[in-house]
Amino acid sequence: MVSYGVFLQRELRLLARQKSDWLNPVLFFIIVLTLFPIGVGPEPNMLRIMAPGIVWIAALLSVLLAAERLFKDDYRNGVIEQLVAARHALQPFVLAKISANWLSTGLPLVLLSPLVALLFNLELPALQAMALTLLLGTPVLSLLSVLGAAITVSADKGGILLALLILPLYIPLLIFASAAIEAASMGLAYQGQLAILLAIVLFALALVPMAVCSALKINVS
Amino acid sequence: MFKWLHPLAKPETLYHFCGKLSPWLMAAALFTLLLGNIWGLGFTPTDYQQGDSYRIIHIHVPSAIMSMGAYMAMAIAAFTALVWQIKTAQWAVLAIAPIGAVYTAIALLTGMAWGEPMWGAWWVWDARLTSQLILLFLYFGVMALHGAFSDRQTGAKVASLLAVIGTINLPIIHFSVEWWNTLHQGATITKFAKPSIDPSMLWPLLMSLLAFKLVMLWLTCVRLRTAILENEQHRPWVKQLVGKV
Repeated sequence: MVSYGVFLQRELRLLARQKSDWLNPVLFFIIVLTLFPIGVGPEPNMLRIMAPGIVWIAALLSVLLAAERLFKDDYRNGVIEQLVAARHALQPFVLAKISANWLSTGLPLVLLSPLVALLFNLELPALQAMALTLLLGTPVLSLLSVLGAAITVSADKGGILLALLILPLYIPLLIFASAAIEAASMGLAYQGQLAILLAIVLFALALVPMAVCSALKINVS
Repeated sequence: MFKWLHPLAKPETLYHFCGKLSPWLMAAALFTLLLGNIWGLGFTPTDYQQGDSYRIIHIHVPSAIMSMGAYMAMAIAAFTALVWQIKTAQWAVLAIAPIGAVYTAIALLTGMAWGEPMWGAWWVWDARLTSQLILLFLYFGVMALHGAFSDRQTGAKVASLLAVIGTINLPIIHFSVEWWNTLHQGATITKFAKPSIDPSMLWPLLMSLLAFKLVMLWLTCVRLRTAILENEQHRPWVKQLVGKV
């Protein structure tokens, strides 16, 4: 039995060798953020109001961009098939995928949040709220995008389909995260929204790996 | 009950069972549909506030209720398909999905047509409207996912899995959307949602609801029969059946 640690090491080594896999989504995030002020106008006050939604939509899209290729290589070269055929437990593999995906696409967004705050003239409370919601919310993004990737791994046209399947599931996250940032920017308490985000993370963490495993099994059977 | 249901998992039995059922369902569905709609659209009293335009309720409300009812039916079929590995249940999922999607679309379009004279806008970002729109996307997701696989069997299984995932998410989405809306603006619309309705309007409404449910059952039977024939075309019993005709 291969353990979680070994799988995680493998994933991270692969990411270190294929830098475009995690660099491109981050660049995409920044470019989308740049497009919004150009599209809606450079008025600072309006941008400050719209910032929570913009940041979160850019985060959703960039995580989605990284999702498509998650299982493709392992599916093509037969890793998943071998794991299933050997009756190896899929959970360690899936959890390592989710962790690596978060480390490579979610974490950079959290680290970039000060830069985003500068771009949109956010004040300190809003910046804190944004960093916290990204910290709590990006794991859910990773979980759901891994789920979408697993569901569509043997589909002929995965990319756009993945977006159609997964984006509706992101809605609760978007609502609570942007509500938290908005409350923070008005100087209100936002612990309630954060608690709900945490609840969503834990709920997803409990159920999603199971669904991913059965999706992978269906796809290789 | 399980003993009674179990033979229906066999495609051939189910095919003949649906075949026996569908003419009755068709008759009952068309009868109640005509009765409910003529009664509701033609003979109920006019509303004191909304005039005659409220009559669209006899199409709007049944289709909205059945759009969720169809999703529930689809999810139960999907769960059965995944847990007991019953192929016919997978086909039932795919048979119900487009019907549910059409009901959702009808509910949205009639709602828009009703909203324009009443609220002065075709579309309002209200919790109910938004979650209904998301329901439509979930239906599209199930249908598109099935279409994306070259292997029919895998496609049907994965679509069932997605239907179950959507069921877990639907209440979360629904309540978060409700929460989101009430945060931003007061309940301007919810007071329209459940006015205590007069019996003279309620009975035709219930008749239409029954009619929409029967139409769904009937169409599901028809679509399921087609799906069974399509998926079992290489089996001897289908060849025999087609040869007879």
